[in-house]
Amino acid sequence: MNENIDRVDNPIIKIENLSIAYDKDKFAVKDINVEIEKNAVTAIMGPSGCGKSTLLRAINRMHELYPQIETKGDILLKDENIMDMSTIMLRRKIGMVFQRPNPFPTMSIYDNVIAGYKLNGIKLKKNDRDQIVEESLISVALWDEVKDTLFKKGSFLSGGQQQRLCIARTIAYKPDVILLDEPTSALDPIATARVEDLLVKLKKDYTIVLVTHNMSQAARISDKSMFMYMGNLIEYGNTMKMFTNPRNPKTEQYLTGKFG
Amino acid sequence: MSSATIQYNTRSDYRKRKNRLFYWLVIAMSAITVSPILLIVYKLIIQGYKQINWSFFTKVAPNTLEAMTANAQGEVIPGGILNGITGTFLIVVMAAIIAIPVGIMIGLFLYENQGKRFASIVRDISDILQGVPSIVLGLIAYMWVVKPVTHGFSALAGSVALAIMMLPLIIRSTEETMKMIPTSLKEAGLALGVPYYKVILRVLIPTGFSGLSTGILLAISRIIGETAPLMLTTLGSSAVNWDVTKPTSAIPLLVWEFYNDPNMANLIWSSSLFLMGFVLVLNIISKRIAAKQNR
Amino acid sequence: MKSDKIFKYLLFSASFLVIIVAAGMVFTLSSGAIPAFKEFGLKFIISNQWNPTEGRESYGALPFIAGTVITSVIALLLCIPLAFSTSLFIAEYFYKKRVAMFLSTMVDLLAGIPSIVYGLWGFYVLRPFIVELGLSPQGYGIFTASLILAIMIIPYATSLSSEIISMVPNDLKEAAYAMGATRLEVIFNVILPNARSGIFASFILAFGRALGETMAVTMLIGNSNIVPTGLFQTGNTMASVIANQFGEADGLKLSSLIAIGLILFVITGLINAIGKLIIKKLA
Repeated sequence: MNENIDRVDNPIIKIENLSIAYDKDKFAVKDINVEIEKNAVTAIMGPSGCGKSTLLRAINRMHELYPQIETKGDILLKDENIMDMSTIMLRRKIGMVFQRPNPFPTMSIYDNVIAGYKLNGIKLKKNDRDQIVEESLISVALWDEVKDTLFKKGSFLSGGQQQRLCIARTIAYKPDVILLDEPTSALDPIATARVEDLLVKLKKDYTIVLVTHNMSQAARISDKSMFMYMGNLIEYGNTMKMFTNPRNPKTEQYLTGKFG
Repeated sequence: MSSATIQYNTRSDYRKRKNRLFYWLVIAMSAITVSPILLIVYKLIIQGYKQINWSFFTKVAPNTLEAMTANAQGEVIPGGILNGITGTFLIVVMAAIIAIPVGIMIGLFLYENQGKRFASIVRDISDILQGVPSIVLGLIAYMWVVKPVTHGFSALAGSVALAIMMLPLIIRSTEETMKMIPTSLKEAGLALGVPYYKVILRVLIPTGFSGLSTGILLAISRIIGETAPLMLTTLGSSAVNWDVTKPTSAIPLLVWEFYNDPNMANLIWSSSLFLMGFVLVLNIISKRIAAKQNR
Repeated sequence: MKSDKIFKYLLFSASFLVIIVAAGMVFTLSSGAIPAFKEFGLKFIISNQWNPTEGRESYGALPFIAGTVITSVIALLLCIPLAFSTSLFIAEYFYKKRVAMFLSTMVDLLAGIPSIVYGLWGFYVLRPFIVELGLSPQGYGIFTASLILAIMIIPYATSLSSEIISMVPNDLKEAAYAMGATRLEVIFNVILPNARSGIFASFILAFGRALGETMAVTMLIGNSNIVPTGLFQTGNTMASVIANQFGEADGLKLSSLIAIGLILFVITGLINAIGKLIIKKLA
């Protein structure tokens, strides 16, 4: 095992010998072994094309949407291999938020929050539904802004509000882990700050893994950081430690802006 | 030196004149292009409005004798095109019922299998089907339905011909509509643990609803005025008919009958006007829906 | 998961239907045409006899093939300058302006007019006009049919051409303008070379439309089963002979009409395939 990759105290996800190839022998992720800490924010960094999004998507098997993909290795969620789970069950336990806010345009704000239940045909009592919507919107700090317009279309919200709505939609399902793929790259600085605050608060109840190309964002909100380069995991450990004292020269070059 | 400058100037004048001339040529030619539509609509309205009255919609087409008597006495021809309206309705609705679900499914298949070999073969064949002349589709429906199934001319046979005509249009518009929906919406659904087919049925189709309905309306407006395939399949009928295995009239078939009977000449224009009006309304509605979506 | 599989299987089977329909059409037309080809062989295509008299039955498709090709070619020639100008109007001179939107809506409406309405208008307006000009005593014939065909196919050529023209990159045009080129020079030296094959394809597809048009042509061409030798002679096309003679047809005559349908199917199929191939290469 690479000595620049630290172990964690309380892992919820264990990634073992994970390799992913989009085309034959074109590896996007190369033999990665890493653990993810429970109730923490883990940031995945690296230059574009380093495989960070692929790694993130592999954690709830969204990467399988591309045809001709080959995956080797295992990912364990609470010691259960996700490759053996149905994607439907897996994605309820591991939710995902995307780069661009993508509320369902045909649904109201209310329906967007409970979309996971609605689309899966899970019937809820009205009281339960109302409670889930309210709690979820409160936890993403959107409740006060939208409580009077719950039955309007979500697409009328600002970009930052839409992204928080998408997070609410994910946590409405009470997943164990939330994956975020550059969640603030389409947002302005003020909206970004609000989402960042939110993520820090959410780690009390959820495990958060986010991909970011923004180093200062990783420094601001993450507890653990991964640095990837050309499909390899170069370094992993406490964020503070990595930013102040990177062990691998590549990490240092990246963090000091020599490439990326 | 000075002669070179002068030459340059004249040349430049010549180029400018040519440029100007072409500009006006384009405008003139474009005006010629659109003039037929205005002339046709004008002719239809001027000649057709007289016959459009209450009985036009509530009575079946008159026979030659009735028309001749009315003409001789200088009266408006009695009767209407009710048998045509009900027939067109029956034939088109049945064609839509056959073509729309299948067309949408195939469109979804093509969208889901971009770049795959089988899908691209299906797409190519569908494109070629779109170019098959409608009269040939009439022949096909005659041999597939009239002869072996209904043992005689029937509304069903006409619907089959028109359904084959609609199919490629629906397939294409479904695929194009689906392609315009951002993939992030599909991903959002899947990331919530929603099964694939539910994502398609409950997220993608509602999102693309206006695109799909535009495509359907345009496809209907394309087939509603078709005459040639119906001549070979539904034949026509002088009474209102709701039996799909029996010969049935349709508005364009009535126009054809009126055209072939000198006594009925006055009814040609009103029926054409009605048909044309219907096509225009369908076109305008679908444009409205499309414009609303793009906003 | 299981319903996912069923769903995918359903979509796949629906798609298979397209292939079955297409293959079925080829099969049905071919088997229906066999008696005619058996009886007349290659002569079916090169003979200009069309004689339904019992006992002396003889059918040849040459007059109809000739009529179809001649009317469609003339229609295409008439259509090219008009459709090209209109697409320049829509996609270049007045691109995205109100008047261009209006024009393109009008052109779309032109595509929406049923064939039989074109036929009526041609019969009652165009034909008397031709008579008045003294071009032909009755007004029927190849030229009248071609004229109405040209009007009918203009929208198909125009909508595709204008789309292709509007896709020519702006910076190319600007580069030419920056060197002092006039608009006309930009059109012929930048836009045309770039959009050439797309415009060509749009005319091929329009030509394919013209080949298969039935009603309007039937009402104007005069329906005489001879190989036309002049612009103002009457003639007949493959589509219109099927429409006209199908009603009372059976036996050998029916088979001959189906054989004509098969020839029409193959020709339009080929023309369309060529057009789509060019467009596919562009994308």
